[in-house]
Amino acid sequence: MTRIVLAREEISRAVRRISHEILERNKGADSLLLLGIPTRGVLLAQRIQAEIAAIEGKEVALGSLDITLHRDDLRLRAPRPLHRTEIPTGGIEGRDVVLIDDVFFSGRTIRAALDALGELGRPATVQLAVLIDRGHRELPIRADFVGKNLPTSRSEQVKVQLEPIDSEDGVVLEG
Amino acid sequence: MKFPRHLLSIGDLSRESATALLDTAAELARISDGQIKKLPTLRGRTVVNLFFEDSTRTRISFETAAKRLSADVINFVAKGSSVSKGESLKDTALTLQAMGADAVIIRHHASGAPQRLADAGWIAGPVINAGDGTHEHPTQALLDAFTIRHHLAKDRGTLDGLEIAIVGDILHSRVARSNIFLLSMLGAKVTVIAPATLLPVGIESWPCSISYDLDDSIEKFDAIMALRIQRERMEQAFFPSEREYSRHYGLNGDRLSRLKSGAILLHPGPMNRGVEIDAKSADSVRSVIVDQVTNGVFVRMAVLYLLLSGSPANLAEEVKG
Repeated sequence: MTRIVLAREEISRAVRRISHEILERNKGADSLLLLGIPTRGVLLAQRIQAEIAAIEGKEVALGSLDITLHRDDLRLRAPRPLHRTEIPTGGIEGRDVVLIDDVFFSGRTIRAALDALGELGRPATVQLAVLIDRGHRELPIRADFVGKNLPTSRSEQVKVQLEPIDSEDGVVLEG
Repeated sequence: MKFPRHLLSIGDLSRESATALLDTAAELARISDGQIKKLPTLRGRTVVNLFFEDSTRTRISFETAAKRLSADVINFVAKGSSVSKGESLKDTALTLQAMGADAVIIRHHASGAPQRLADAGWIAGPVINAGDGTHEHPTQALLDAFTIRHHLAKDRGTLDGLEIAIVGDILHSRVARSNIFLLSMLGAKVTVIAPATLLPVGIESWPCSISYDLDDSIEKFDAIMALRIQRERMEQAFFPSEREYSRHYGLNGDRLSRLKSGAILLHPGPMNRGVEIDAKSADSVRSVIVDQVTNGVFVRMAVLYLLLSGSPANLAEEVKG
């Protein structure tokens, strides 16, 4: 069974609200660094950057953080090629880093991201923004900004589709 | 796309998996260039360097690659070890397996030794060929392809249409053999240039053109790879003298000036300065020989990462995204 959870407009509303919340929490955009987790987290980060630019008239720093080499399940999965890590010049030292991902599930991706950040420096704060929080945490990690809380069963699959990687925007629950 | 279980020859790779491997190496190079020097990826895994033949640079390169991924490294060098007391490859392999080796990197003077190690089932983990006899040296070819791609085809993914010359002792060279197969698979047009005595029988069936004269076409190449002339070959009369070889096939200042603009010079090392390449060429801006060494570490990191992540049970699984 397939069910549409978020349509195109709802995704953009959620992204707009998250952008406002990020600005409110951090009292502006000056110290912010948005780090998207590939692949769709990077697209969300770009959209949040565009929203913040529209609200504040400022371009916040943007990057991507591939966590593949820090995963704890490398031995359990087929080998996978790496995605791009792109840290803006100036690094993460002393910045308010917002990690951005599409689906928040076990929390293991974020644990790996925290490890990866630790290799790069010492940010002032690390916050987490996700489009969908589907529950089933396996680690004591929570999100600061959530697009939608979506109660799911473990057997279900949440698919986030974002342009231009996918043909159209939408969040679908399958299974 | 699938990655092979072992890396024994270039034939284990497809164009897609070779490209994915080079892309992974490029990403590793990019992040290592920044602040990250050490990654936790292979923490707790043990990699054995099993070297039956001296090769300091290849061994150090693999060792550095493994250590940057936090693997533990055991160096097993045949000289002065149980092997010099007559231990067989099988018993050495069983010993390494009993000690918990997760991967074995083997260099052997006999062609086919890595294949034997991989096929016999003595070792559970992947086997990586670090050069066997006159057969293959796949990681050297991968680092050469990486270096050529970096300089001449940045982010293009393929070497389509590039003209690449491999000059020298093709007959005995595992580096040449691996390079001919890999570079042509990636789309390059490979020409081997050597005296007829240093070409193997049957080379007509390999994916390369053959030339006996370097000066004939030197202007057309985008990259020229000079192979090491081994001293022991010189005594076996494959060519009249070192000087004569050098005059016909050596890279020198005169030939350097005739190269196409942007062309690069490669050498797998160690160099015989003054034989296959003179000092002026080796130290010129065209030379990417030092880059080859740096890139070797990234390529070997990518090989270790891709072969050691994933358990045997799911290696056959398709790789997604």
